[in-house]
Amino acid sequence: MIIFVDGQEIEVKQGENVLEACLNAGLDLPYFCWHPAMGSIGSCRQCALVQYQNPEDTRGRIVMGCMTQVTDGARFSLNAQNATEFREAVVESLMLNHPHDCPVCAEGGECHLQDMTVMVGHRDRRYTGKKNTHRNQYLGPLIQHEMNRCITCYRCERYYRDYAGGSDLGAQASRDHVYFGRHQEGVLESEFSGNLVEVCPTGVFTDKPFLKHYSRKWDLQSAPSICSGCGVGCNISPGERYGKLKRVHNRYNHEVNGYFLCDRGRFGSGYINSDQRLDYSGLKGAGLKSADATFAAVHQSQAIETAAGWLQGKKVLGIGSPRASLESNYLLRELVGRSNFSSGFSDAEAAVVRSIINIQKTTVATNPTIKQMESADAILILGEDITNTAPRVALALRQALRNKSFELAEQLGLPEWQDAAVRNLAQDQLSPMVIVSAMDSRLDDVASQLISLSPAAIADFSCAVTASLQGQESDDKRVQQVANMLSAAKRPLIISGSSMLSANIVDSAACLAEALQAHKQAAQEVMLSFCVPEANSMGLGLLVNEDKRPLRLSRLAKKIDTVDAVLILENDLERRLSQSELDLIFSGKTRVISMDLLENNTLARSDLVLPVASYAESQGTLVNAESRAQRHYPVFEPAAERLCSWQWLLQLAAVMEHKKLAGIAHFDQIVEACSKSQPIFADLTAVAPDHSFRDRGLKVPRQTHRYSGRTAINADVSVHEPPQPTDCETPLAYSMEGLNRDQPASLIPYVWSPGWNSNQSLQKFQAEVNGPLKGALKHSGAGQRLIKSTQQGLEYKLKVTHPRMQKGRWQLLPMHRVHGSEELSAYTDEIAELAAQAFVALGETVAEKLGVAEGEMVVVSTADQEISLQVKVLSRVAKNCVGFSVGYDKTKSLRAGDSVALRRDKSWQPPQVIATDRGVASNGC
Amino acid sequence: MSDQEIIESDLNTVLSSEEIAEIDAELAHVPYKSGAAIDALKIVQAQRGWVSDQSLQAIAKYLEMSAEELEGIATFYNLIYRRPVGDKVILFCDSVSCWLCGCEDIKQKISERLGVDYGETTADNRYTLIPVPCLGACDRAPVMMVGDDLHTHLDKQQIEKLFADSKQSDKGGQ
Amino acid sequence: MEKVLTRNIGPDQMPTDMTAYKANGGYVGLRKALSHMSPKDCLKVISDSNLRGRGGAGFPTGMKWSFVPTEDKCTPGHKYLVCNADEMEPGTFKDRLLMECDPHQLIEGMILSAYTIGADISYIFIRGEYVVAIQRLRDAIAECYAKGYLGDNILDSGYSLNMYVHPSAGRYICGEETALINALEGKRANPRAKPPFPQVSGLWGRPTIVNNVETLCNIPHIIDRGADWFKTLGRGEDSGSKLFGVSGKVKNPGCWELPMGTPIREILEDHAGGMRDGYQLKGLLPGGGSTDFLVPEHLDLAMDYNVIGAAGSRMGTGTMIVLDDRSCPVAMVLNLIRFFAQESCGFCTPCRDGLPWTRQVLEDIESGCAESEHLETLAYQIKYIGAIGNTHCALAPGAMEPLQSALKYFYDDFKQHISGGQCPYHKGA
Ligand SMILES: Cc1cc2nc3c(=O)[nH]c(=O)nc-3n(C[C@H](O)[C@H](O)[C@H](O)COP(=O)(O)O)c2cc1C
Ligand code: SF4
Ligand code: FES
Repeated sequence: MIIFVDGQEIEVKQGENVLEACLNAGLDLPYFCWHPAMGSIGSCRQCALVQYQNPEDTRGRIVMGCMTQVTDGARFSLNAQNATEFREAVVESLMLNHPHDCPVCAEGGECHLQDMTVMVGHRDRRYTGKKNTHRNQYLGPLIQHEMNRCITCYRCERYYRDYAGGSDLGAQASRDHVYFGRHQEGVLESEFSGNLVEVCPTGVFTDKPFLKHYSRKWDLQSAPSICSGCGVGCNISPGERYGKLKRVHNRYNHEVNGYFLCDRGRFGSGYINSDQRLDYSGLKGAGLKSADATFAAVHQSQAIETAAGWLQGKKVLGIGSPRASLESNYLLRELVGRSNFSSGFSDAEAAVVRSIINIQKTTVATNPTIKQMESADAILILGEDITNTAPRVALALRQALRNKSFELAEQLGLPEWQDAAVRNLAQDQLSPMVIVSAMDSRLDDVASQLISLSPAAIADFSCAVTASLQGQESDDKRVQQVANMLSAAKRPLIISGSSMLSANIVDSAACLAEALQAHKQAAQEVMLSFCVPEANSMGLGLLVNEDKRPLRLSRLAKKIDTVDAVLILENDLERRLSQSELDLIFSGKTRVISMDLLENNTLARSDLVLPVASYAESQGTLVNAESRAQRHYPVFEPAAERLCSWQWLLQLAAVMEHKKLAGIAHFDQIVEACSKSQPIFADLTAVAPDHSFRDRGLKVPRQTHRYSGRTAINADVSVHEPPQPTDCETPLAYSMEGLNRDQPASLIPYVWSPGWNSNQSLQKFQAEVNGPLKGALKHSGAGQRLIKSTQQGLEYKLKVTHPRMQKGRWQLLPMHRVHGSEELSAYTDEIAELAAQAFVALGETVAEKLGVAEGEMVVVSTADQEISLQVKVLSRVAKNCVGFSVGYDKTKSLRAGDSVALRRDKSWQPPQVIATDRGVASNGC
Repeated sequence: MSDQEIIESDLNTVLSSEEIAEIDAELAHVPYKSGAAIDALKIVQAQRGWVSDQSLQAIAKYLEMSAEELEGIATFYNLIYRRPVGDKVILFCDSVSCWLCGCEDIKQKISERLGVDYGETTADNRYTLIPVPCLGACDRAPVMMVGDDLHTHLDKQQIEKLFADSKQSDKGGQ
Repeated sequence: MEKVLTRNIGPDQMPTDMTAYKANGGYVGLRKALSHMSPKDCLKVISDSNLRGRGGAGFPTGMKWSFVPTEDKCTPGHKYLVCNADEMEPGTFKDRLLMECDPHQLIEGMILSAYTIGADISYIFIRGEYVVAIQRLRDAIAECYAKGYLGDNILDSGYSLNMYVHPSAGRYICGEETALINALEGKRANPRAKPPFPQVSGLWGRPTIVNNVETLCNIPHIIDRGADWFKTLGRGEDSGSKLFGVSGKVKNPGCWELPMGTPIREILEDHAGGMRDGYQLKGLLPGGGSTDFLVPEHLDLAMDYNVIGAAGSRMGTGTMIVLDDRSCPVAMVLNLIRFFAQESCGFCTPCRDGLPWTRQVLEDIESGCAESEHLETLAYQIKYIGAIGNTHCALAPGAMEPLQSALKYFYDDFKQHISGGQCPYHKGA
């Protein structure tokens, strides 16, 4: 199909709109309210062009590109005078009330409105009236509100409410007084609020933590990176200046995160700038007073020598980490030897991840990308609160629920991008989604059915559905309903995960998927997906998956006496071992060497600590839940004496003259060695180009063409300019020289294109709207799937055991929190503020029985400890279950499945509010 | 309205049984609870004079909507009052036919007589003056509504008579 | 001419109850349709009658109805008929009369229309200020339910219909049919994009017809007496009779039922009694605030959709606003633009921000502090805001109609404001 734009013939796709067609053809048609992920509503009227009836028509009429569907042979003009004049008039009227403060506005330099203003050529305003002004609201620690900059494009409301399912932000008032905000000031509730920063075409919603140490976009040094917040592996573009990580923006990957991140991913990297980061190696008792249990800072080389001395020729164990890169884990394993390497998973974690990997290796079902999940027309969630364990996936599931409305729209010939029309047509009709979980989840609001069962009962339920698909009747009506829902669907999605630490749930989900696939005609596609907790759980799991008898962490603790030293890689064992197991590790004579970023109790009890670089200062491969290996690159050089953990390990190996690792000096060589070590890692070298990659002779620049370069910021220390660091390990340069255009998708540090300073310039990097990046087509895609299923299926033998609960005791179940449960992000001030207190979550009846209300305290007693926790009251919960906030300092020692007794904390008094900083914060605007 | 009174009316944070009964009647003929949002706002306003934050939250809760969503609706429509108003609202037509027939003078007369401009409430809290789009009685222009009553063919004497027992507030006569 | 729509309306404008309504031929059409006519038959009569919508746009009613998918082409569920009784177009005061004085006529028209399109639920969306009409309609509907004219199995025909009065909470934009639908759904009344048209996806996503009060009031008569009879009522090319009104400085402002195609002069002089003493006719808006000015040279035009259209204006609601020679045309247009800027829903840019900009330019001109560039800016704004399609709905283009025609006919007045530095009509003001 073709259309003509200003005489030029353009190839278009049936069903798309003219704005998309123009952008795909590389034409600069300005727009505001349209968003590639959210479609059209036609409110801003910026994307106007002239449409002609036929070749004879010379006048034509103005139409909105975003609201006009392409038809074969249709004729348009972008450049006709009435079109350009109209678009300029739109900007002129948007500017009536807009502040003239670009130079001091936080959005300046990456403002979509600024770009469009220049693009339409508007310069001199004719309006002489007064400007309308608004009051701003306090919206919490993450988002700054500045309503005077609003151009009323409705994107924020549509994103926040329609796309992300938030309910506490919306349009108010009308005419030229429309206001976007909350009913009353307060913290935005959605865990996806941060995307407002990128969705808003001006500076109404800006990144609040960023404002505290603000830099212009063009002054940020960026590198392509991968979020380490959870197992989803969203692609991010962190920006640095003056050695501080300033902010994180989304980096488009059409199969993974698309345009959006969760707030943990966007705001949870503040820990990188934390005071609690380790700068220097620390040797316990190496100070003057040798009996002292405190650390003395030692130089890198001394640290290496000391460590090498403890390790060389000794019996050594290594503990890996699901949050460290595949390369670091691999090196550690090689350094200590396969049988001396423990993954670092807790035993329960190890079992679930193992199950998930085995399933993915054999399942007949599709292991979907996030993009594929969005196409599901029926969803069954087993045991996960996905919004809290794999947030970005939950956002995708919300979109999948709209497939019902797209079906209805198709019957009327309505294209999906006719956003408001499709929503009006479908009203609240959604595709079916059943959530079977122990308690409240953050997708409950859009589920068609909620079933509250304990983990063991979830596995049973899933088996019953399987049996029902195989023709066995069930007395549970719900079983039949779910079976019917799944078998009626064309693209059913079964999604589960590791958060309940139950391999049974995971296996039962796989059984169900197999049965469903067997039950269906070949044309129908069953999707099976799992959430895993950490950024590299899967990479680590794959590394140890082939081991016949993997060294379990608890066993490692028990045999600690038999070894001379343990080397711990980025792992706070307190989160995984019991107090007694920890004591085993730390109280013997065994030397403990720990590598990590931030202070924690594992480090405090170690003999030697080595400071490591964060993801933003290092290179590494992470494997996400779908087994996609993706590479992150250093945004800036690690400060002080920090090294990437792989560098520590390589240096150790060198000093130790380790046989196998002796020939390895560079990152690419580790990748190479790792890829050869196990067949599953064969494609590792294809994940991203190696350090020798050059684009037109140059490395990819981390800095923008407009980078301000050197400043006088360090003049108080030295007036001599330090040289730019050279980067021999990656295809990127600490430089503004080079091209940032059409390179491999995994090497795009930031998006910018002439005339498009805002993130909307992304469309210049996409092969087509919502499509893959051009670089992903030309070179490799963004990341490599490591697991390719044999599709042979597995024999699952589930042994579901139901814990017997004594009267007055409850089964303790983990509740994951976007803010608070993840180890590193919790060190970020804003995240800590949102995480609030650790809690125990009770059903209404239990709360009533204990005589406690939300916010009061309850003492939770396990076999060996008592902890007083704040109460959260649940709206639904399985019998005999209570939840606890997982990963919080106070609840680190609680374990999933513990049997606990509860009682009201009598010593608790309601706190007296002495002061709050909210007033201060809200006055700041 | 004095601060004291505002605070007291704000204590109405729950819907009364009469209000609930009326809202339920509206709910009977809409397929979604939110479909009765505007009706509910009007019902509560009829009882309480205006829609306070607390009233709005109570309605939102009853209709299972977020306060934000209801706020967006409440602030869209000009007959929903999100600020306290006097005992009676004067809806003064300032549209074209009334304008042609001299409504500006009448408006000035009212402002002088009551000491209020558009959007203001008289000191004795009896009247709030608000402009309204064409009242559909252009053949009898100028017109206005005081409470539920339509007043037509307005002239200055009529205004004087209508508000005869209303105190002239300090602000008047400017 | 025989009175049709207003036959039950006396000079005292008292409401007609069911007995009186029936005594004068009421509900005959309904009985006829329900016993002898299929919905298809009804649709044919209405189409043949050439009835055009009286809400302002003049769209043929039969054609509009024909877009409603029939049962076999539509997912099962409700269909809706909505009566647009929002009457807020400046200078319009006809629907109020019909509802206050003869509510049963509207109800019968609605039952028949709903029957024709297969609707099972109907709403009267009425502006909240019409307290009298609301009460009288509610009373009449209660009477109908009591007597079996509404509810289940109407008059034993097997056809069922419920009817509700929905008083609006204000805003002119609610009269726009898709905004009205959003308002009925309890949402913010931003208009919707078309397509899809309400006939296929309207209220709650279901097929919906929105018709004006006056349009619906015509239905019982057409069904009862046939399309041919209806056509003979008009004097010109359009069928039927119409409520015409006049407001402004005329001797006898009011609203009268007259044949379609009655010349403007006749309405103005015979019915409205001509200009008040001491006033001359300067111009008039033939059908409400969003129509273009006509001037004395147009007085002999017939009030027919196409005739008025050919003269560069629109028949609109058929209620004229008369501008006299002692009122300032600039100030009058400013009054209208203020109204439209105030009533913009705030959805699309040219209207939301363009109209306040136009308002500001006009304020400058009216207050005598404008330059001649201001007129260029106005012309620019008219081009920008004034064309259908430039904005999301017809409010803003409608707003530009009086302005653009005022510039055409009263250009000298604008010029004088600028050159004289003050409004020539309110010297020293
Ligand atoms: C801004 C705007 C306001 C309107 N107001 C009204 C109104 O108050 N009453 C009305 O009947 N139609 C009004 N209309 C026209 C309606 O959109 C719609 O065309 C009409 O109700 C259809 O009825 P009809 O076909 O019977 O004329 C308005 C249109 C616009 C654009
Ligand atoms: S023209 Fe645009 S802003 Fe104006 S009322 Fe229509 S949709 Fe709303
Ligand atoms: S982008 Fe097309 S109208 Fe806003």
